[in-house]
Amino acid sequence: MYRYDEFDATMVRERVEQFRYQVQRRLDGKLNEDEFKPLRLKNGLYLQLHSYMLRIAVPYGTLAVRQMRMLAHIARKYDRGYGHFTTRQNMQFHWPKLVDVPDILSELASVEMHCIQTSGNCVRNITADHFAGAAADEIEDPRVLCEIMRQWSSFHPEFNYLPRKFKIAVTGSPNDRAAIKFHDIGIEAATNESGEVGYRVYVGGGMGRTPYVGLLIGKWVSKEDILAYLEAVLRVYNEFGRRDNLWKARIKILVNALGADEMRRQVETEFGEIRASGSLTLPREEIARIEKYFAPPAFEDLSDASEEYEAELTRNERFADWSKTNVTRHKQPGYAIATISLKELGMTPGDISHEQMDGLAQIMDDFGYAEIRVSHEQNMVLPHVRKKDLPALFARLDALRLGTPNAGLITDIICCPGLDYCDLANARSIPISQAIQDRFADLKRQRDLGEIKIKMSGCINACGHHHAGHIGILGVDKKGVELYQIQLGGSGAEDASIGDVLGPALGPAEIVDAVENIVETYVGLRQNGERLLDTVRRTGVQPFKERVYAAH
Amino acid sequence: MPLIKGGRFVEDAFVTVGDGDPLAPGAKPIVSFERFRKERNALLERNSPFGVRLKPSDDPALLHDDIERISVVAIEFPTFRDGRGFSRARVLRSRLGFKGEIRAVGHFLYDQLAFMVRTGFDAFEVPQTFREEDFQRALKEMSYFYQPSVDGKKTIRELRATR
Repeated sequence: MYRYDEFDATMVRERVEQFRYQVQRRLDGKLNEDEFKPLRLKNGLYLQLHSYMLRIAVPYGTLAVRQMRMLAHIARKYDRGYGHFTTRQNMQFHWPKLVDVPDILSELASVEMHCIQTSGNCVRNITADHFAGAAADEIEDPRVLCEIMRQWSSFHPEFNYLPRKFKIAVTGSPNDRAAIKFHDIGIEAATNESGEVGYRVYVGGGMGRTPYVGLLIGKWVSKEDILAYLEAVLRVYNEFGRRDNLWKARIKILVNALGADEMRRQVETEFGEIRASGSLTLPREEIARIEKYFAPPAFEDLSDASEEYEAELTRNERFADWSKTNVTRHKQPGYAIATISLKELGMTPGDISHEQMDGLAQIMDDFGYAEIRVSHEQNMVLPHVRKKDLPALFARLDALRLGTPNAGLITDIICCPGLDYCDLANARSIPISQAIQDRFADLKRQRDLGEIKIKMSGCINACGHHHAGHIGILGVDKKGVELYQIQLGGSGAEDASIGDVLGPALGPAEIVDAVENIVETYVGLRQNGERLLDTVRRTGVQPFKERVYAAH
Repeated sequence: MPLIKGGRFVEDAFVTVGDGDPLAPGAKPIVSFERFRKERNALLERNSPFGVRLKPSDDPALLHDDIERISVVAIEFPTFRDGRGFSRARVLRSRLGFKGEIRAVGHFLYDQLAFMVRTGFDAFEVPQTFREEDFQRALKEMSYFYQPSVDGKKTIRELRATR
């Protein structure tokens, strides 16, 4: 993975001191809260319901062992012993004290970590496919471009006061595991007619109160031109994005007001100018230099079949269950990708304790080539595991309560922190997700239902991606009562779609029954092993609606 | 308002005039973009230096034909949250080749000065309480930069190649 040199390290260190001075000026009264707020947000520091919250960047979701140990240490020393992984592959600590924050930043800097641009109206931490570098279907490792963009976007002098936040995601594979079409910019590696690898650039996707699927603006952009192209998109947005209304300030509103053709024309004009100046042309040598950091580990020459693995599958039913959902094919024979569920039944999705983090660090050393990933689905991924190590790995995970066999199943719920933590939320989301997990706890049933992605947000800002859920749940507040609206048929994958609202919002006591009714309707209608999402797309939402609201 | 240019307080040779105000003979006025567009010929015929003040919505590309005759472009920040001025300044320098003074006016923060210098501003109308050493300090907070801009600073990539 990427390693800092003296330039990167100096920058992060200086950023800590810069922030220390900003905090000091706030305490001295030289900055008012209105002026201080965007400055602290650009360093990931929020003021929430009960305390400050600190959001730490995990660039493209990749963590090294010493970074994992540092997160465990921070959870222990400065927080309440646990942290929370988010849908943007970041880690959040919900209980730090303001006075400790500069010291936390110093500790993070010692392991090449920081909170730079994890919030605020700037280019945020860039996310990527969590199977990067391991997936069998990959055209290229998306993290190379992510790191190039990380450098380009960090402290970009022109784009630090954009109309609104700006999120970029990259997939190196045609199978989109990074939800790129729900980002301000989504980038997909693609080959052109002559077989050269470049990028498709989707612009204007997003969730929130006005969800849009991103439109293909850059039909194919070469590697050396990609930064110039992105700079063109950002400049058009910076100049013409709306600044008069917070709710209409994202680039999706601009793109959809102009239409794809006019947006493309404006971007191309700007792109032509920037490209002609040549200053952002990316030299081949620079790409090659960054690629070296992401070279695959020294894989052993193994046959794809592993006797140890096969034997354990027949011997150990729990291991077999886990393997079915949490093990994915690797591009290297004899290796596998292991998904570690942070969705243990009854626990808060994405939460992880300091003991679990330390345990995972040891597992990374022992089985995982010292690397781990955070997925936007709030799970973790060991990208490179020898198949023959999977039984031992599972036993170790299980002992840490990290062996839940539910990746991609109905209990693998994406869920924002909701009203239990967040001052934006209208309703609690964690207890609802726990109640759904509880209802569908029977693994046989979960497995029979197959892939069902439930995504839940406690407010319209959609941190829990409810628009893209096969079943999406949105918490709303109606006259002080927490209610929940259901959407059906969303997808964050390559077949991106926004779910349709099923009907009037339901109370917390009804929502689990409603999910059950949806699932039972699906079971009655499904054909030839199709997924819930496929059934909804085939039949429309009507039969589901009828069943859910039959009792009303 | 005190003016910082070249890193220090300087006497402001220009005077910002309202749209209805007469242009005093010999004075160096800074006029609004609208007034410039209306009175372009008269301003050029004065044969003395003048400046144009842009609102963030004004497109500097429209100054293209007269760019060599304009001495100052003042760019307004209605609030420090409005970052359009950064793009306006950068386009003025990189695309229009403007060599004159780009002056930041309005509401901006100490914490934005380094970004402003990077995008081409070289003059700053600051509050009375602002100290010259604050300006120097702001520019020293960060030693290195990843991305090319118009301040002539070497990027980290260029520095890496030369070590």
